[in-house]
Amino acid sequence: MSKKSFRQAINEALRQEMRRDPRVILMGEDVAGGRGGTSGVQDAWGGVLGVTKGLLTEFGEERVWDTPISEASYIGAAAGAAATGLRPVAELMFVDFIGSCLDQVLNQAAKFRYMFGGKARTPMVIRAMYGAGFNAAAQHSQSLYPLFTHIPGLKVVIPSSPYEAKGLLIEAIRDDDPVIFLENKVMYDDEEDVPDESYTIPFGEANLTREGEDVTIVAIGRMVGMANEAADRLEKQGITCTVIDPRTTSPFDEDTILECVEETGRLIVVDESSPRCNMACDISALVAERAFGALKAPILRVVPPHTPVPFSTPLEKLYMPSADKIEAAVKTVMKQHAREVA
Amino acid sequence: MTQDVIPLTMPKFGLAMTEGKLASWTVQAGQSVKQGDELADIETSKITSGYESPAAGTLRKQVAQAGETLAVGALIGVLADASVSDADIDAFIAKFQSEQTTDETEDTASTRNTEPHQVEAGEYSLNVREVGDGDGTPLLLIHGFGGDISNWMLTQEALASGRRVIAFDLPGHGASSKTVKDGSLAGLASAVNALLDALSISKAHIMGHSLGGGVAITLLKNHADKVASLSLLAPAGFEKAVNMEFITGFTEADRNRAMQQELEKLVHDKGLIGRKMVDSVMRARRLDGARDALRTIAAACFPNGEQGDDLRPVLEAASIPVQLFWGEADEVLPVAGADNVPDSVEKHLFPGVGHLPQMEKASEVNKTTEAFLQKHA
Repeated sequence: MSKKSFRQAINEALRQEMRRDPRVILMGEDVAGGRGGTSGVQDAWGGVLGVTKGLLTEFGEERVWDTPISEASYIGAAAGAAATGLRPVAELMFVDFIGSCLDQVLNQAAKFRYMFGGKARTPMVIRAMYGAGFNAAAQHSQSLYPLFTHIPGLKVVIPSSPYEAKGLLIEAIRDDDPVIFLENKVMYDDEEDVPDESYTIPFGEANLTREGEDVTIVAIGRMVGMANEAADRLEKQGITCTVIDPRTTSPFDEDTILECVEETGRLIVVDESSPRCNMACDISALVAERAFGALKAPILRVVPPHTPVPFSTPLEKLYMPSADKIEAAVKTVMKQHAREVA
Repeated sequence: MTQDVIPLTMPKFGLAMTEGKLASWTVQAGQSVKQGDELADIETSKITSGYESPAAGTLRKQVAQAGETLAVGALIGVLADASVSDADIDAFIAKFQSEQTTDETEDTASTRNTEPHQVEAGEYSLNVREVGDGDGTPLLLIHGFGGDISNWMLTQEALASGRRVIAFDLPGHGASSKTVKDGSLAGLASAVNALLDALSISKAHIMGHSLGGGVAITLLKNHADKVASLSLLAPAGFEKAVNMEFITGFTEADRNRAMQQELEKLVHDKGLIGRKMVDSVMRARRLDGARDALRTIAAACFPNGEQGDDLRPVLEAASIPVQLFWGEADEVLPVAGADNVPDSVEKHLFPGVGHLPQMEKASEVNKTTEAFLQKHA
């Protein structure tokens, strides 16, 4: 066990699974290092943010492929490779690029098992970066997990820390269905203790990162850290929060959320994806339907406005959820209760 | 009169604990207590445990309030005879607080590395944590089936004055390597023997819990020269019966919810099992090879759903001191096993305690064991 960054945790998961299973291959733009041209450079960066560094030199060009800038072709190729027995991990780089290859995911990979009467398996993983706060502008900053969550047949994973990332990625690679694995690009240098050994974290089981009595906060991906920060500040002010990290939005652990709301009676959902039809809406509907009687205050969503992600740093900051905004939302739902009691 | 004033400080439950929350006071200021009475509930990230009075007296002052989080060693209250004046109590608190601030600055030079680390022991790489120093015969702690060093969080420090106390993860457990070979008690005992060699310990007191008790007795059987005394907590090897539903459920649980239900079978007071504890058990269980190792051990030690080893003859033939602790409400290995332990053994049975007496009756187990170890030093 040692401290590892989010980047290292993902690299280690890929490396250990490639050592364990020769069917695991990597493909994507620049995953082999961004060598480019005829300069002869090997393993230069390992992807745009260095996540796959060192894998080309260990596993060779047979298993680590740089692809042309053609998402439709290599995501489609990955789906086909998976259907014929390999276990490809395809990197889409920025999740925003899904527009170029959505049919391969939506109508092909996601449908194989169902359309072939349960006889086909599609053990592919699509890794991609998501999220704002990186000053990467509107075409490279989106949090598109609601889009994938909407499609039956896909599994959608959003790790919130290095420990989570390693265990969830190994689980994703061993899973027999197409898995969308989304990495928040702002988190690559986050560090925590991560076991050196391989381990798996099952899909569909939420994790409680804080336990409290007053308010339940459901947060996704990078938002979990912000929710924890807000919860720690609030505890000093006498308000305790439960923070739930769903880990996967499909499959989705409804029970844990319902149980916690039954205990606290208040719900805040923190979601950095665009607010129409996002996870915050979905979770709010779930609780309104099945735990309405437990609620002591209205459900509040801490979400960005319905606009493209701004490039301007001050505007991007304004756009994003934050620990401050979560703290304020918690205080609002606590006041609501005080008013009712009075 | 300050010598009659006893400081009550934040206890340290295991290696990870640097601070604890005073969840609630059980005793009000001004109330008199006996030694061992529960004064307060202390909550850590892993466990909530009662804080027992170190002596008889009157709880004169609650320095910390319920809900406060304090560093280990910080003053939480003061115990003294009713005859001590309030002024003396206040003076004691002021003095203690100022001295403690100085202590903290000097605390940087710790002698022994108490962080868990890997030790190569024969074919195994074992996760080992050592505390304590001194000339006393070392004490080695062997946890049970599916356990790890954290099972000794209330034990290891408490027994570490004047001797090394070593906790480790058995092969296949915790952060140790996952090879268990045939998974038998003899195999596990040979790993323990290799660990003692690797640590250059020629003889040790051995404390074993549950399956670890069976391993301890098997170590005595196969390597008698290594064992100075045995302290057994609900040991395997004295009854056919074992709760196989627990063994299987505890091995296979792949969700925290399922694991929580299994862990609750380990204790009489179900409230002891918090979500954090469940999570730390699951983190170990999720490691590749961890479940397979437990399956192998279960198959070797509990063939046909019963305990396969009868260890009574080993104790009957033993000439070393042996003591036994067992909770009468044990749901994993029935306390009836205690009847099959030879009468030469000092037996301590606890009503209303489950399979983890070292946690549920920590201070009694520790006190009795300290006296036992000193008597047989």
